[in-house]
Amino acid sequence: MITKRIIACLDVHGGRVVKGVQFVDLIDAGDPATQAARHAREGADEIVLLDITATHEGRQTLLETVRRTARELFVPFAVGGGIRTADDAAQVFEAGADKVSVNSAALADPTLIDAIGRSFGAQAVVVAIDARRDPRAADPVRDAQVFVQGGRKPAGRRVVEWAREAEARGAGEILLTSMDSDGMRTGFDCELTAAVSEAVGIPVIASGGAGTVDHFTDVFGRGKADAALAASIFHFGVSSARALKEELAKAGVSVRLPC
Amino acid sequence: MRVTVIDYKAGNLTSVLKALRHLGAEVEVTDGDLAPVGLAERIVLPGVGHFAATQRLDVTGLTPAIRAAIERGVPFLGICVGMQWLYAGSSEAPSQPGLAHFPERCTRFSESHEKVPHVGWNSLEARSGSRLLAGVEPGEFVYFTHSYKAPVTADTAAVTHYIEPFASAVERGNVMGVQFHPEKSAATGLKILGNFLSWEEKGTE
Repeated sequence: MITKRIIACLDVHGGRVVKGVQFVDLIDAGDPATQAARHAREGADEIVLLDITATHEGRQTLLETVRRTARELFVPFAVGGGIRTADDAAQVFEAGADKVSVNSAALADPTLIDAIGRSFGAQAVVVAIDARRDPRAADPVRDAQVFVQGGRKPAGRRVVEWAREAEARGAGEILLTSMDSDGMRTGFDCELTAAVSEAVGIPVIASGGAGTVDHFTDVFGRGKADAALAASIFHFGVSSARALKEELAKAGVSVRLPC
Repeated sequence: MRVTVIDYKAGNLTSVLKALRHLGAEVEVTDGDLAPVGLAERIVLPGVGHFAATQRLDVTGLTPAIRAAIERGVPFLGICVGMQWLYAGSSEAPSQPGLAHFPERCTRFSESHEKVPHVGWNSLEARSGSRLLAGVEPGEFVYFTHSYKAPVTADTAAVTHYIEPFASAVERGNVMGVQFHPEKSAATGLKILGNFLSWEEKGTE
């Protein structure tokens, strides 16, 4: 039976894992390679590394970080942040990533999705979407507004139609972040997640809002998510991805255990 | 031990090379030079992407070279599209023939309410006596990402269920294939790659 994935997410700035709220008050939280290996050892089904440096000088640091992190990592490994061209993606793959996540650059030029998919296969392209419900829209959920630049600027797209276009262009997965829920710890936006998951035939990874184990159970059920991102897993009252999955299994969610 | 990895420009080899090296293999890569295949001790054909990409194996002459190596008894492992290539063909690219070492054809998952591609960790039901999957306990999980699959036959080494039962591993003598990605399947995947690396003719059955 296919299992629901728990994906550990590392925010990286200048080659270090950082923690903070809305990218401010960043606290150094260690070495990405060490942290990724620990998450894999402790049961994470996949690792996502998001580079929030996004400066030109930061690119070489990122590639070196990806190389070091990938070296001893034998679970799927996705990298996002600042990937603007197919050539940027090629360098990240060469450094050892299995998937790249694209967001603002794909909205600016959707053919980026086609280009990466053609060279590396659809399974290697994750399209990240940051969306916020639009109370003025006819359907506030399906027509949630898509944002770029870390949520600062509306992209002029609606979540369901953009997710469908991404799929049609060859995206392998959608990483959907609810900006309304992000950082709130009040639960994932299950309606938003379900709307996107039902609209596309590719897996949807839910992100934003997790505060308890029950929130994960909810997004896998009501939210119809195929995977969920656990940004700071230790905030959920569990010690590891394995402990989270043990709780999910008790609630009837199919997960990879033992792991 | 030395492993010859075939590069036919279908996706990224980095993860496969890394896992083989991690297990102590000396890895060489060929993308068209036939000499390494002629001297190969073990061959791995990875592959993520489209079945049509295997056309490059025909264009470069790698197909007959690999067939000859298999007939010499060289252990061969196909991964993902590399496993599908062992069959007669795939409905993903109907005009492109496979090696036809196994006579069946690969097909897309049937239409259903489930998502295609099949992405994520799913379990294996390994056939007893499989040397490739020796030590893999019932229900161990491996990582999949694919839309096409091989049918269950007498050569099937493991069955996985998604929409319908399909062959997640195939094995006949020195010819082996896995639909999942052992290089991305944590300890279980490394165990399977290790079994391939230690596979010997008239081995430890």
